Amino acid sequence: MTTETITSSEYIKHHLQNLTCNINAGHVQCAHSAEEAKKMGFWALNVDTFVMSFILGALFLMLFHGVAKRASSGIPAGIQNFVEWVVDFIDGSVRGSFSGKNTLVAPLALTIFVWIFLMNFMDLFPIDFLPKVAESFGFGHFKVVPSTDPNATFGMSFVVFFLVIYYSLKSKGLGGFAAELSMMPFQSKNPIIQALFVPINLILEGVNLIAKPVSLALRLFGNMYAGEMIFILIAIMGSTWAGFTVANITLFGSQIFLSLGWAIFHILIITLQAFIFMTLTIVYLDMAHQEHH
Amino acid sequence: MNINATLIAQAIMFALFFWFCKSFVWTPIINALAARQKQIADGLAAAADGRNSLEVAAKQSAESLNQAKQKASEIIAQAEKRASQIVDEAKGSAKVEGERILVGAKAEIEQEVNRAKESLRSQVSALAVAGAEKILRKEIDSKAHSEMLAKLAAEL
Repeated sequence: MTTETITSSEYIKHHLQNLTCNINAGHVQCAHSAEEAKKMGFWALNVDTFVMSFILGALFLMLFHGVAKRASSGIPAGIQNFVEWVVDFIDGSVRGSFSGKNTLVAPLALTIFVWIFLMNFMDLFPIDFLPKVAESFGFGHFKVVPSTDPNATFGMSFVVFFLVIYYSLKSKGLGGFAAELSMMPFQSKNPIIQALFVPINLILEGVNLIAKPVSLALRLFGNMYAGEMIFILIAIMGSTWAGFTVANITLFGSQIFLSLGWAIFHILIITLQAFIFMTLTIVYLDMAHQEHH
Repeated sequence: MNINATLIAQAIMFALFFWFCKSFVWTPIINALAARQKQIADGLAAAADGRNSLEVAAKQSAESLNQAKQKASEIIAQAEKRASQIVDEAKGSAKVEGERILVGAKAEIEQEVNRAKESLRSQVSALAVAGAEKILRKEIDSKAHSEMLAKLAAEL
């Protein structure tokens, strides 16, 4: 990391610190510690998250748009096969879980799946590789996995939440949506008892509604954060290297094998998390489109 | 790990990516896929049609071959019938002709015989007259007896 020796906890803290910057008195300044970042308040930007997620999203869209421009009904070849396979897979998932008629859902699912997959995929890069590159450009902190930043995951889940609310109102109407929130799950034929049930229902269904974006964002964030943390812990094993002793060689070897094993296992996790986020989005939007719950 | 304006930036970025993906990625690709699906379906339908029309054509050709065979055998049968008819006719006419020739020949022979008889008769009567003349020259007047001799010749 730096020339002076650092402790394990410093190494971990350093890796969990975003490159948080804001504009203060006309010039950009970036936080050097978690405390400084906290002090910047809300109007600060995690530049690393923003830049990495933008690069990955642009990469995805450029690749797919390149194919889409040349897409024809003729015989597909090369990258077009791959892109069509992905599109077909997403289309199948949407057809399987989404019963309404909305052409927005499938491209939304595609964007979510590929973008999240690419953001998660950054976890498989050697943990210090990209931060070192950033450091050589003068950025002290650089988190390469945007999905370990709750800002990124909540940013996506809020958009999904907005769409859920929008389509709930659109297909059920304001009254229908309000009825869904207040008349269920407890129902009674007696109007007085029903009136008593309304606040209970509102609390239950309200929690249910709010839980959707929160669980979407936190599930992805938690999984990726924990995975990243294990990569960091594995990376510490070899960092105490001080000459050829049996202990040092064992630790160093363990680091190599553990990080390899965890990375292989992580391939499953990153794909699964992208898929779960996509599938739950489709399911939530499907529920929003259903007129009778 | 603080919640800050990145949240808003990420949400806007996500919305923009989603819009771009819908307009310039998803729609053209899914259209191309649908078009290809239709092409393949059409191609398969055309192939099935082709197979059907091949079957129909094979059936038709077999039918017309059968018809041709039948017609040919009919023609052969007719020709054979006609040939035997012609032979029969020829036989019949030959018989008739032969009979006619035979009858003609018989009539001619009879005529010839009659003519020969006539000439013989006239010659015999002339001879008889000549003999009788010689015998009777002296005693009988040729004038008185020529009438009787002509009667005799007619009787022969």
